[in-house]
Amino acid sequence: MSLLSLESITRRFGGLVALDNVSLEIPAQRLSAVIGPNGAGKTTLFNVIAGSAPPSAGRVIFDSEDITGQPPEAIARRGLIRTFQLVQLFEGLTVLENVKVGFHLHTQGGLLAAILPTRAARAEEARVDAQARELLNETGLVTHAETIAAVLPYGQKRLLEITRALAARPRLLLLDEPAAGLNRPETDLLAALLRRIVDNGTAILLIEHDMSLVMEVADEIAVLDFGRLIAKGSPAEIRRNRAVIAAYLGSAEAEHA
Amino acid sequence: MNSRITIWADFLANPAALALWALTAAFIGYVFFAGGYLVTVLQFALIYTVLVTGLNVFMGFTGQVSFGHNAFAAIGGYSSAVLTATYGWEPLPAGLVGLCGSLAVAFLIGYPVLRLRGHYLAMATLAVGLIVYEIAVQWDAVTHGYMGISGIAPIGIGPWSVTSDRGVLAVLLVVSAFALLSAAGIRRSRIGRAFLAAAGSEDAARALGIDVARYKLLAFMISAAYASIAGSLFVHAVGFVSPEVFGLAMVVLAFTMLYVGGLGTVAGPAFGAIIISMLPESFRAFKDYQDLAYGAALIAILMYAPRGLASLPELWSKFRRRAA
Repeated sequence: MSLLSLESITRRFGGLVALDNVSLEIPAQRLSAVIGPNGAGKTTLFNVIAGSAPPSAGRVIFDSEDITGQPPEAIARRGLIRTFQLVQLFEGLTVLENVKVGFHLHTQGGLLAAILPTRAARAEEARVDAQARELLNETGLVTHAETIAAVLPYGQKRLLEITRALAARPRLLLLDEPAAGLNRPETDLLAALLRRIVDNGTAILLIEHDMSLVMEVADEIAVLDFGRLIAKGSPAEIRRNRAVIAAYLGSAEAEHA
Repeated sequence: MNSRITIWADFLANPAALALWALTAAFIGYVFFAGGYLVTVLQFALIYTVLVTGLNVFMGFTGQVSFGHNAFAAIGGYSSAVLTATYGWEPLPAGLVGLCGSLAVAFLIGYPVLRLRGHYLAMATLAVGLIVYEIAVQWDAVTHGYMGISGIAPIGIGPWSVTSDRGVLAVLLVVSAFALLSAAGIRRSRIGRAFLAAAGSEDAARALGIDVARYKLLAFMISAAYASIAGSLFVHAVGFVSPEVFGLAMVVLAFTMLYVGGLGTVAGPAFGAIIISMLPESFRAFKDYQDLAYGAALIAILMYAPRGLASLPELWSKFRRRAA
């Protein structure tokens, strides 16, 4: 059974059809990727899933429940956590505080606990602190725990956004071009991290431009072109697919391939 | 958005921070024992510390703008004034009625408006400030219009009331310290992090499951509560209230204190309130040029510590690093 099902999703912006009748199944405990040329509708697909741009038609089913049109915070509460193509950190907060925000859904502390810190509130805060540092340790950012997020180098900002998303304990982690702007060694570290996350039981849906990363880490790949799903399959299958080669390289070369 | 820095964490390690607090403590101690006119000025500064601390929760932590917190101070202040002076209530229940009134009004305005992004809230709060002011002027039967209400009883509980200037100062010290400590608690809590997240990136906050509209409303109501308490304290400390007390000048003053002290910092509202209350007094020697000197001092502070006085310790540690 698939964790996330997209049923005939269409999304229009005025006269433009960004997504045209896309149906897709995302399995649990796998790393799935959506690839496609610029403007193929990949980010729109993410916005539809995560609730920031409800579909014009079609349904989004997560864990057998219809989440179509729910606001982002309600979708996050169900365990669907996303990152953004343009990194969205809380720039003025420290690295550690950024990750602590990620624990919001799994903590209870209310206003009274904030003003009169009870023993329970202090215990929760200590637990969040320890778990946040543990996560930062896993992603290699723990030495920067007290650094203000704004001054981190770009690659580490990307990594911090993923760490923060992990704090929310996603069941499905949506990553929008996590390798954009990363150099080769950073991309390799990212690939290893993504595999570790999936091996620990969290499903990932990845949108990516970096073909070598996708081919290396993805279990399944879906290809979008002009808002249509033109292929899906394993990395090996996608590599051989004529429609995919045509979409990426232009049809003339595909005929020679 | 760099103003949201945890000055709290490395506070004691920083000599500039220690110096700032030591100076503040020494000043308060001096005023307490020396007495005289400065006691009144400091009372005023402490009441404003409560108001500005609340405003800071909404503007500094949560990144919103309100031009109408004078409305909540007015609701608190007039409730206390009318119920104690006209109806003979005790100060505490009278203040609580004002507090509930302020929370209700904040909820009614905030619930629809805080769902919108942008400047709608700033406009709505400005309108509320003006409306409450007009009500205070026009509702003659209750507020006595421009004449105001005088003979308001001092702060007290049951048979005990605080009548001496120093006594009032002591009460205000305790209340403003509690205001600052609770703001510090909020800042470091899960709720405070949700406020800061909403200010940093609404999209990212929502993607992590934070109901941003709800937290903005909560921040608005918390800040309204502080303003209401400040309003009640004011009328009891002064013994008199008129619409002018809670006019637009209050908003301008609170903004100045907030920005000079340090938007988004925990201690900023206290530093800002004390400095801004004291500045005009310090420049009395300049006679005709008093306002000019006051303005020049404000500009100097905002030029050399653009993130407010509470950011001085941070500037100091940067300076140290550069020198090392």
